[in-house]
Amino acid sequence: MIDTLYAYFVAPFAEYGFMQRALVGTLFLSLGSSPVGVFLMLRRMSLTGDAMSHAILPGVATGFLLFGLDILPMTLGGIAAGLVVALAAGAISRITVQREDASLAAFYLISLALGVLIVSLRGSTVDLMHVLFGSVLGLNDEAMLTIGIITAVTFAMLAVFWRALVAECLDPLFLRSVSRLGPAVHFVFMAIVVLNLVGGYLALGTLLSVGLMMLPAAARFWTSRAETMALVAIAIAAASSVSGLLLSFHAALPAGPAIVLSAGAVYAGSLLLGTSGIIHSRTAKGHHRIA
Amino acid sequence: MPNGARQAVSFKDVTLGYHRHPAVHHLTGSLDKGALTAIIGANGSGKSTLMKGITGMLKPMSGEIHIAPGETIAYLPQQSELDRHFPARVVDLVAMGLWNKRGLIGRHTGADRARIVAALETVGLSGFERRGIDTLSGGQLQRVLFARVLVQDASLILLDEPFSAIDAKTLSDLVDLITRWQEEGRTVAVVVHDLDLVRAHFPMAMLLARRLVAWDETRKVLAPRNLEQARDFQETWDEAAPWCHDDDHDPQGGIPHQHGADAEADRIAGNAP
Repeated sequence: MIDTLYAYFVAPFAEYGFMQRALVGTLFLSLGSSPVGVFLMLRRMSLTGDAMSHAILPGVATGFLLFGLDILPMTLGGIAAGLVVALAAGAISRITVQREDASLAAFYLISLALGVLIVSLRGSTVDLMHVLFGSVLGLNDEAMLTIGIITAVTFAMLAVFWRALVAECLDPLFLRSVSRLGPAVHFVFMAIVVLNLVGGYLALGTLLSVGLMMLPAAARFWTSRAETMALVAIAIAAASSVSGLLLSFHAALPAGPAIVLSAGAVYAGSLLLGTSGIIHSRTAKGHHRIA
Repeated sequence: MPNGARQAVSFKDVTLGYHRHPAVHHLTGSLDKGALTAIIGANGSGKSTLMKGITGMLKPMSGEIHIAPGETIAYLPQQSELDRHFPARVVDLVAMGLWNKRGLIGRHTGADRARIVAALETVGLSGFERRGIDTLSGGQLQRVLFARVLVQDASLILLDEPFSAIDAKTLSDLVDLITRWQEEGRTVAVVVHDLDLVRAHFPMAMLLARRLVAWDETRKVLAPRNLEQARDFQETWDEAAPWCHDDDHDPQGGIPHQHGADAEADRIAGNAP
């Protein structure tokens, strides 16, 4: 029995270096990007993560065009492109009548087309697939280090700006009345989103990187406090990473989609069974307290 | 005109507005320290705009708003921008009032927590600390927001329509609290619509109609002639309004702005050229 459990759950990670790297990489990613996803959800910006994940593509592609499949230029290119789009969309919403989501929609479509065009200038379909869907089982030292740094920076930024982020979601006008941080907080947050999407892209590719960010926000179905929600989201993301990698190993499935689908399964389960999920809110009717 | 030391806020020919159209036009005067002032006027007469100007959230198009050194501001906006579905407890919302003391990362101390509990007790919500804000009624939420103002412990308190949609008991409690703030020496300005309430509880009043109609003791401000003038104010927006020339000599170098409805207000007030 124990041997079987070991063979299924431990051996893949204990015996294969590439699985260990994938595990460490995705666990680091879980630590940083799932709390960011919780804030995106609480700020009603869930689809912004998706839009921004496309926005980093031209930068990644330009890095690829100039330097080939080299992590550093692609990462820096992705961060630069993401920040340009985030700043431009934010600035346009402040200067003109266009709302930020509308600007983002325009920018991400342009970015996606531009990114695919740039990759195709030099690369093959295989390269394009690599950029779009990542290669979590092929993480090298450089990619691991980049993800580690991004997670550390994210943690530091969240620790410093947590109070301001909560205030900006809960009562933005109040924050503006007591502090000039309001607009700055928004851009700091968008920068954290971009960083984590770039980290996610290294493992899961630009299209799936947002999966490990947004699906763990299913934590909303289990708790009604932002701090607990972030912790539950980290747990969901970590469990999905382990489960996805094991599924990929045993069933010979592509690892990125297996991880994101695992998170999707947790999302569906939470939606049904969570303390504020469908079943609980249906059965809770009819019972009430005396006061 | 009182001397500088007695003024909490002074306005020097201030014009505030949006898209170069004034919402408060050429306002001069001052809020004295310790004064309790009702800001009255029709919808669109510039009351909220003035509050945003005092907090610094809206920069004047011309003129100058001077806040006396050392004054701290607590501002209670109209509720619309509060996200009541955000997963926060009553205690979290009230604790936001500690921002000026603790800032971005300062730890909340035991004394801070005691102040939050005491503030909730003052507004009659003892034991509500752990309640989710999405479970509160409108009146309860307003009490919680007053508790946040209490925690802010500011010398200048600005309340924008704090009495809309609340019951008589809550209204009476909140008015008592405002009176107490004045007795403690704080400067309080409140946007109010109910003139009976203003007569009963506010010693000073400012009547706006996109420009200052009257600003004095409440009894004088609420004189029939002033109310009639303010009532005739019309909420108009004239895209082609002429540029305001009063600013040509503005020492602060203000943004040119259009007159719009103020031409009408000028006519009513008998100031038209």
